[in-house]
Amino acid sequence: MANNKNDVIISLRDIFVEFDGEVILNHINLDIKDKEFLTILGPSGCGKTTTLRIIGGFLEPEQGTVTFEGEKINGLPPYKRNVNTVFQKYSLFPHLNVFDNIAFGMKIKKLPKNEIKRRVKEMLAIVDLKGYEKRSVSKLSGGQQQRVAIARALVCDPKVLLLDEPLGALDLKLRKNMQWELKQIQQKTNTAFVYVTHDQEEALTMSDTVVVMNNGVIEQIGAPADVYNEPVNAFVADFIGEANILNGTMLDDCRVKILGEELECVDKGFGQNTPVDIVIRPEDIEVVKPEEAKLVGEVTEVVFKGVHYEMTVMCKGCEWIIHSTECSPVGSKIGMKIIPFNIQIMNKMFLAEKNTFYAEVISASEEENKITVKVEDSEFDIENYYFETGSTLEISLPPRALSIAGDGVGHIDDVYIESVIFKGEHNEIILESDEQKWLMQSDVDEQVATYVPLKFDFTQAEIKLKEGANET
Amino acid sequence: MRLKRPSIPYIIWMVVFTMIPIVLILFSAFTDRNGNFTTASFVKAFGYFDVFLKSLWIAFISTLICLILAYPIGYIMSRQKKSVQNTLTMVIMIPMWMNFLLRIYAWVTLLQNGGPIDTMLSFLGIHTTLLGNQGAVILGMVYEYLPFMVLPLYSVMAKIDNGLIEAAEDLGSGRLTVMRKIVFPLSVPGIVSGVTMVFVPSASTFLVAQYLGGVDDIMIGDVIDRIFWSDNNTGSAIALVLMAAILIFLIILNFFGDEEAIA
Amino acid sequence: MKKLTKLYTALIIVFMYMPIVTLILFSFNNGKTTVWKGFTLRWYTDLFRDSQIISSLWNTLLVAFLASIFATILGTMAAIGINNFKGKKKIFIQNASNIEILTPDIVTGVALMLMFTMLGTAFHFKMGFVTVLLSHITFCTPYVVLNVLPRIRHMDYSVYEAALDLGCNPWQAFRKVVIHELMPGMVSGFLMSFTFSMDDFVITYFTRGSAFQTLSIQIYSMTHQRISPKINALSALLFAAILILMLIVNIKDRKVEKQQAQRV
Repeated sequence: MANNKNDVIISLRDIFVEFDGEVILNHINLDIKDKEFLTILGPSGCGKTTTLRIIGGFLEPEQGTVTFEGEKINGLPPYKRNVNTVFQKYSLFPHLNVFDNIAFGMKIKKLPKNEIKRRVKEMLAIVDLKGYEKRSVSKLSGGQQQRVAIARALVCDPKVLLLDEPLGALDLKLRKNMQWELKQIQQKTNTAFVYVTHDQEEALTMSDTVVVMNNGVIEQIGAPADVYNEPVNAFVADFIGEANILNGTMLDDCRVKILGEELECVDKGFGQNTPVDIVIRPEDIEVVKPEEAKLVGEVTEVVFKGVHYEMTVMCKGCEWIIHSTECSPVGSKIGMKIIPFNIQIMNKMFLAEKNTFYAEVISASEEENKITVKVEDSEFDIENYYFETGSTLEISLPPRALSIAGDGVGHIDDVYIESVIFKGEHNEIILESDEQKWLMQSDVDEQVATYVPLKFDFTQAEIKLKEGANET
Repeated sequence: MRLKRPSIPYIIWMVVFTMIPIVLILFSAFTDRNGNFTTASFVKAFGYFDVFLKSLWIAFISTLICLILAYPIGYIMSRQKKSVQNTLTMVIMIPMWMNFLLRIYAWVTLLQNGGPIDTMLSFLGIHTTLLGNQGAVILGMVYEYLPFMVLPLYSVMAKIDNGLIEAAEDLGSGRLTVMRKIVFPLSVPGIVSGVTMVFVPSASTFLVAQYLGGVDDIMIGDVIDRIFWSDNNTGSAIALVLMAAILIFLIILNFFGDEEAIA
Repeated sequence: MKKLTKLYTALIIVFMYMPIVTLILFSFNNGKTTVWKGFTLRWYTDLFRDSQIISSLWNTLLVAFLASIFATILGTMAAIGINNFKGKKKIFIQNASNIEILTPDIVTGVALMLMFTMLGTAFHFKMGFVTVLLSHITFCTPYVVLNVLPRIRHMDYSVYEAALDLGCNPWQAFRKVVIHELMPGMVSGFLMSFTFSMDDFVITYFTRGSAFQTLSIQIYSMTHQRISPKINALSALLFAAILILMLIVNIKDRKVEKQQAQRV
């Protein structure tokens, strides 16, 4: 696939979208090249469909430019853009048969009847639906409807075909077939495909380029193998494929400390004693005798997966997943050897050991030893502390002191869960409130991209007056 | 398509043909013939207080009878096969399509002295006047509006899953308990809309009483009709009071409906 | 069905149909009273000779047809617009639309009469066909809105977007795609409007002026004067017409249902 710069058809620059004060796309940049199969991958609510709608012309970004072959097309309605869309629910016209559905676009353009007939026929051959012209679309199976939707869009000869999770409604077996067929169709028609999905396997098998999105930003763009082997951060590593993600410290170039053990790696330029995230793929861990490796653990669970065994190993309080063709029985002690090349070092997504924030005391009672403070629009009480009304406090909380209020009553409501990553011994959760991000440790799994009430445990807090302010 | 503009003609239409006429009624009720402010029309309207009460009473009784008659039929319909349901719906709806005056007129024919029912009763030795009393008026109302009670009840009860009833029976509920604990609470929205659809027109109807009732059996609708042509100020005042009464009734009904739905 | 429920259903049906059957029977009675005097068809021939009744019938059909066409257009447009409003504004407009349905007919009637009389004196016109038509559109449109709104709400919005995507401008997309999706709602709104308009007596009575006659008004004046068996004949014919219409609609529905069942 030629990656010449001149091949770029559609280019998004600094796109910003907001709905009701909520940022959907946060200044993203994206180039779509001619004839490529580009997949936008991300969890639901990450902004991938919004990106597609901007390209299609169904949504206008608040900021940023969309260019088509070098021309700015902001404000151009969908029917004047040379891109076509395959909608999530196919959106075939129920009152028309297969032929009329596919011919729809060409009839609008008032092409001659013979040409319409010829092209519909060609298209039906490409999508493998020869002889289906007269069928009513409601009589087709899901996979067939899918193919009619693709034919209907492709017959208009678009430069770019947009597909919005087109396989989402199909069952597993049909999905696998259609993945292959889509790739075939893309190669036959030589059209650029922009494919939106939340299924990482789909993205890896079909695409030339994968764009990983989360929370309105593009985390990484690259070829499937690159994204898999060298994820830029813990989110990408976690989202694509299975991975052991751990906290570590980069001691120096090529030297990393994991679970108290110093290991050799190949990454450089992180500085000295920097906290980092580490990814090790389950298949990259070699099972050896305990005395042959620095990291030693005990097998707690073994599941046979057909090609390999999936083993869960406890090592220094941390849960590891190992894929190996040889089985080590439950209870056995094993050594885990990892070659330096397979230790992937990444910058932390949110660098903080403690959550520090400022609070204003709005009322205080010396007798009860209690204060009421205001943080971002929320007011709550803190017991066993006393500060004068009006003073500003600096409060530090360790990640353990944060929790999600199970009863629905938290100190700060509607906090957004940005990511949840299992770090071997606990979940590391990054949250976002109106004014800042929070780091939380939890043993419970939480749902990403939801809003939850956040609760603080002030017994673990460090509270002092903000320096240089309100001193009397 | 995300446009709001297509609704503008209708909004203008509503203002001109719904809002302004109601404002005119309001204006007319509070003025005299020369357009000066007065509450005299309401004083005159108060003279029809007993007619007013009687109308509401007749409407109330008619609504109640409709509810009692319609509830079982609605339930029976809702438990049939789909094809039987459709047929029964048709059967209930067809009389509704007949002209409303003809339906009332049919009862005049049936009930009059020397009419079929009277003749039959005479054979049995019962001699009575069937026409020209409050009972006949209520009968006419019930006949007129029964389908409006049956259809909403049926459509709400048709949505009650048979599995729900079977589950309740499976859990040891008797037929009455099932009715009380499952069917009734779920049918409350149907009752509310049925009662609305029967009470509002029967409280405000005119002609039914003129056809079937006696000389004294006039209803508030007839009064408005009679007065409006000569004195539209008083007519407006009565219409306004009638509207207010119906509005209050609807508010109470909806309040009651919501409470029931929650409980 | 169990015996009791069968009996109850039968009783209700007898109650609903007894008056109509009586009217139909007496339409063939060779006498002016409710005493049977032998079979005749003369009331029917009388009916067809009565030019007033025939012209009222045409008036009724004309008003019903025009009012329902206009109400369907106005109401469908309104429903599309209302669907795009949000929150309180949407609820407000919907409630305003429902006021017309909940206002007693007699109040709507006198209110419109009041307005038309005032306008009539100001602009020198008399109430008649036009005022009746305007009034009928007024009380029919809310029913169209009520029927179309759920169709729009449940419409797959991306079908509209698909049309735009394939090169339709918004108007073409509406004409070629959206209208097909809304059609069932529009049709039932139209039919409801048509029947309500045909059946209306009260509002027509107040807004018709002095010369304009519809069937309801005709029946009213006939029943008010003295009882004439011509009315029975008219009832019988109307009933037959309704019955035939309903059967046609029902048979068509059944066919459609069967086809859908086959598809599944």
